[in-house]
Amino acid sequence: MRIGDAKQSYEADEAIWTSSTQKLWLGFFLLILMVFPFAVDSYLLYLGCLVGIAVISTTGLNILTGFTGLISLGQAGFMGVGAYTVAWLSINTGLPFPITLVLAGLMAAAVGILVGLPSLRVKGLYLAIATLAASVFLHFIFAEWEPVTGGMGGLSLEPAHLFGLTFQSDFMMYFIIVPLAVLMVLAARNVFRTRIGRAFIAIRDRDISAEILGINLLRYKLMSFALSSFYAGVAGGLFAYFYRVVTPESFPLSMSIFYLAAVIVGGMGNLLGGILGAAFMTLVPEALKLLTAALTPFYPNAPVFMSPMLEIIFGGLIVGFLIFEPHGLAEIWHRIRRFFRLWPFRN
Amino acid sequence: MSILEISNLSLSFGGVKALQDVSFRVPENTITTIIGPNGAGKTSLFNCISGFYKPQQGNIRYQGQPLPGSIKPPRRAALGLARTFQNIALFRGMTVLDNIKLGAHVHMKSGLLSALAYFGPARREETAVRQEVEERIIDFLEIDHIRRQPVASLPYGLQKRVELARALAMKPQVLMLDEPVAGMNREEKEDMARFILDIREEWGITVLMVEHDMGMVMDISDHIAVLNFGQVITEGVPADVQNNPEVIKAYLGNSDIDSLRRKLNPEGEVA
Repeated sequence: MRIGDAKQSYEADEAIWTSSTQKLWLGFFLLILMVFPFAVDSYLLYLGCLVGIAVISTTGLNILTGFTGLISLGQAGFMGVGAYTVAWLSINTGLPFPITLVLAGLMAAAVGILVGLPSLRVKGLYLAIATLAASVFLHFIFAEWEPVTGGMGGLSLEPAHLFGLTFQSDFMMYFIIVPLAVLMVLAARNVFRTRIGRAFIAIRDRDISAEILGINLLRYKLMSFALSSFYAGVAGGLFAYFYRVVTPESFPLSMSIFYLAAVIVGGMGNLLGGILGAAFMTLVPEALKLLTAALTPFYPNAPVFMSPMLEIIFGGLIVGFLIFEPHGLAEIWHRIRRFFRLWPFRN
Repeated sequence: MSILEISNLSLSFGGVKALQDVSFRVPENTITTIIGPNGAGKTSLFNCISGFYKPQQGNIRYQGQPLPGSIKPPRRAALGLARTFQNIALFRGMTVLDNIKLGAHVHMKSGLLSALAYFGPARREETAVRQEVEERIIDFLEIDHIRRQPVASLPYGLQKRVELARALAMKPQVLMLDEPVAGMNREEKEDMARFILDIREEWGITVLMVEHDMGMVMDISDHIAVLNFGQVITEGVPADVQNNPEVIKAYLGNSDIDSLRRKLNPEGEVA
């Protein structure tokens, strides 16, 4: 139970983690992330990497859609730009992964700025359609610009490398993906402690009063697009290193919808929500498959019944969340925290 | 010396003439009030000054400089024009503290990279803004008990006060208040009137307001302009304005001057 906090300076009061209990839990969580790859089998490790990539991309989309209020269906396209940039750079220049990933992010950010240009004039669903058009256009480029993208066959690339180290296995990739995910989420959290993050939220909540306060709408909307696509580009670059093959079909439209769903299920405008949403969307389909496998010894027909049901159950879960927890998974977490704040007393 | 000079301003939407040849001035370091019946063009005038509407004719001079339509609202905010809205325009999802900090946006400089790292300039700047907001504004407006609450959960009167706090964080030269006490109870109105007077006296900010509450308008204004059907009927000190027959006619539309005069002049009573 926490009774209160006595801060001596404004700086201490502005910190992200203000109590020692929070810091303890955070340290515990980071320790688990560190031990995880040593303790689990290859399947869980593979899932861990996928969740890490999804967390980065979802956090990016959350900045744009959750915090700035600009609905985008282009996330998969921006990830594709990042993935192709990494693939092309590692085939043609052999640069080490930190440089290719940053360049992938910057490339995606540049494309994001272009796609974001209509956002000054169109909002809501109209903007979603504009970004949809952009993602179709990007898909077309991936498929047709053969000298660079390898056309429908796509590109195969060498594993990521740095200082003579090659990151070939999932185990090695985990140590790129997860620290990067942690860092990028932390950076996003930092943005929302400053004027820039506040400006994003101001644009989402009431753009006219944002203008009155001296916030240049176009500038900040484009900044949000750039930041969001940077995250998508890095996630796409990691995706390329992880699968080591990039084709136009790696980034279908359904992937954009996947990330939008992750943001909504997790909690729009809540970074923790983005993380939980990404984990939920990645893990639940897998968990349902495991459930099927576990049922097979008792009901030999389970795979026959379950496999067509998986998508329906998954969809049903999402709809259920929207109805019963419209603020997303993050709200459940907050409720648990509130409960324990005064525990064992009732509040 | 006038800080704001409106001359021959005309604005129309299709056939509706919202403002016709409006001229008046806002003397520096005064509380200047625009009054007039509903639909007289008061809010349209505010929107012209803050740059949302482009008047078809006439011009606005601010601190002696022309303020053409090419200067957009964000730029006007940086020049020192702040305003509040008739129907509160706060960011409902944010806390009181974040709403007020947003007012300081134009005076902050840190860029995206230092924001991502929250290191160096961004950190120093955020801490300095927090201190200033706490010690100058939150203290002054007596809203320290609600600083962590989301705005949406606050009662109306407090929301109005938070909106005023946000405008003050912009460190304006001219503060435009669109109906600051509308819908408030008597106690809240008295608080707000006191804050407005203090803002003029202690902060040296010129206040330009639109208000319907005649008691308060006559009490605290130094200068009043009366608008009707998009035209300025008269301007002057409160005593002259409230006895002007044109004003009485505009407000009440009949000739029973004495009863109307009593309504316009509620003998110093607020509310």
